[in-house]
Amino acid sequence: MTPPDERRDGARINGRYDVPPDQAGPAAERARRNGHLPSTEPVAATDQPASPADPELSPAAVPNGAVPDRPGDHWDRKVAAGLSFLRRRLSGDYEVDEFGFDPDLTGSVFHPLLRLLYRDWFRTEVSGLEHVPADGAGLVVGNHSGTVALDALILSAALHDQHPHHRYLRLLGADLVFRMPIVSELARKTGGTVACNPDAERLLGNGELVGVFPEGFKGVGKLYSDRYKLQRFGRGGFVSAALRTGTPIVPVAIVGGEEIYPMLADVKPLARLLKLPYFPITPTFPWLGPLGMVPLPSKWLIEFCPPIPTAHLTDSADDPLVVFNLADQVRETIQQTLHKLLERRPDPFGP
Amino acid sequence: MTPGGTSGAPGVVVVTGVGRYLGAHVAARLAADPRIERVIGVDPPEAGAEFTDLLDRVERIRVDLGSLGGLLADLDVDAVVHLALISAPDPQHGGRAGMKEQNVIGTMQLLAACQRAPRLSKVVVRSSTAAYGASFRDPAVFTEETEPREVPRGGFGRDILDIEGYVRGFRRRRPDVTATVLRFAPFIGSTADTTLTRYFSQPVVPTVFGRDPRLQFVHFDDALEVLHRSIVEDHPGTYNVAGPGVLALSQAIRRAGRVAVPVLEPGLSGAAALARNLGFGRYGLDQVDLFVHGRVVDTTRLEREYGFTPRSTAAAFEDFIHAHHGGTVVTRDQLALAEQAVLDGIRQIRSAVRERS
Repeated sequence: MTPPDERRDGARINGRYDVPPDQAGPAAERARRNGHLPSTEPVAATDQPASPADPELSPAAVPNGAVPDRPGDHWDRKVAAGLSFLRRRLSGDYEVDEFGFDPDLTGSVFHPLLRLLYRDWFRTEVSGLEHVPADGAGLVVGNHSGTVALDALILSAALHDQHPHHRYLRLLGADLVFRMPIVSELARKTGGTVACNPDAERLLGNGELVGVFPEGFKGVGKLYSDRYKLQRFGRGGFVSAALRTGTPIVPVAIVGGEEIYPMLADVKPLARLLKLPYFPITPTFPWLGPLGMVPLPSKWLIEFCPPIPTAHLTDSADDPLVVFNLADQVRETIQQTLHKLLERRPDPFGP
Repeated sequence: MTPGGTSGAPGVVVVTGVGRYLGAHVAARLAADPRIERVIGVDPPEAGAEFTDLLDRVERIRVDLGSLGGLLADLDVDAVVHLALISAPDPQHGGRAGMKEQNVIGTMQLLAACQRAPRLSKVVVRSSTAAYGASFRDPAVFTEETEPREVPRGGFGRDILDIEGYVRGFRRRRPDVTATVLRFAPFIGSTADTTLTRYFSQPVVPTVFGRDPRLQFVHFDDALEVLHRSIVEDHPGTYNVAGPGVLALSQAIRRAGRVAVPVLEPGLSGAAALARNLGFGRYGLDQVDLFVHGRVVDTTRLEREYGFTPRSTAAAFEDFIHAHHGGTVVTRDQLALAEQAVLDGIRQIRSAVRERS
């Protein structure tokens, strides 16, 4: 074993397990002890990720007359919480913000699903969380990849789970996302909105954490041979949004997204026909049909870099020189961090 | 600013569209205000005799907006409230052509008359948040400065753009007149009767498949309050008038205890046209676009300048539900009972299993 490998192993254990013990430790232990059916124990163990919801759901379960005979019965609480969620959804008894963000649905349905994906399938390690502001606005800028933009979803779920203040990342998406039925609504309900300056500035003005991928489709739809080469950053609209609101920019490098659907070729005529930005050919798609939609289990590393303050540049939001320089600085930071992370991960499909 | 503290209350007020629900209520409310000497309601000549009990203190004149010119000058009118807008074509009143005649030509003629009225100091025009159009690239929240990205498909949206264009022209020609444009979100409330309240009153509600638009409403009483304040106070400019907060369409339908039926979008435009031609339902492309894109506006300017916050969209909708519980399919209480019953059932089964083992 080489030293870097050992270091990686250590990081792996930390990254892999620092969430579950944190959230499922005492609660799950108690639940398991109180669980009377020994056969449920392994199930309860695999179900641990769902328990972060318990602390907030248990008060809701109390008015419903939970804990009839044994207080703290794990399964009783789960059933009561599930039913209460179902009732809330069916009676419309939840709040949606002006962008359409539905924290109830996101926390109860989308994040648990994404948690399985990022933790168990992609074995994601997150570092540098201390660079993400604990409260107030922040603009998280990342590299985009993977043919299907899973990286944005993984980033928001991992950030929410592992950040000490469980912050939601409000993603900015291309208008194509909001043109498609169903997809558009999923994007809005999970906190996304159209990537445009009014929305970005409004979210930042409300003190939200905003996630943006300035490469856009150029990043998502690049060939496998171009992996981890950052594409052009557009007009730097994200920089002017940050400058106008004086928000710190937090660059983030995501390694692992490029290997989930390695795009070997792009059938441009078909893409034009379907009005898509690209039509991918991967080792599994379209050959295996729906099975080709299963992402390859690459190893993911996410690193947040030190924030770049912008509060002193609020007056330069319209100065193209300042905007381009700052965009370049962000781009360089992400590119260098990507190289650093790739050295830590010699095997894309390693443990 | 409080209504009592201003000297800006006008003596003679003309209200158009008093033959319709909103106009009648605004006229009655202004007539009840002691600071206003005279309220004159204007109606097209062919209008019916509705709301007569509401309008007993309002002088009614039946005249076309086109022949209003001399009248405004003769009566020494101080303020005009223009509410005679039609939001959906009505086959009994000339369909879409009649709607456009009333909305666009009517406003044009009224503003032309206003331009020649020497004593006029205030014009309040009803507009709609439809002025922002509907596009996939729209920002999530519209402020008063947002320009529509494309001309709306629906007739009402196009009319609204024309109307606001005329008001801009009027402002240029009569800078001494305070012109207020109020962009109202769809009205809702216990008594309001609009295309949207009829839509939510049905037990089964059609929606667009794969879309869950964000909606905003303004309570009818709050709309009256804002219109009243616009007349007795001075608020030049354009204002969004909507209840703060948002309801997703699916959420609104569930809160009302109705059942949503998703319909594919290409079919819906056609179905809406068919239904319109067959004479039931007055859903147009305006409604289809609203149900695809949704529409949310920023009301900061209204709250700041008027010192008044309309009740929230959720509260306004709650008021509507209370008044229209007839078509409810499932109620909140039934769901709570069902939840309790299922929970109890599971608990019983589990305790039975436990005892046996």
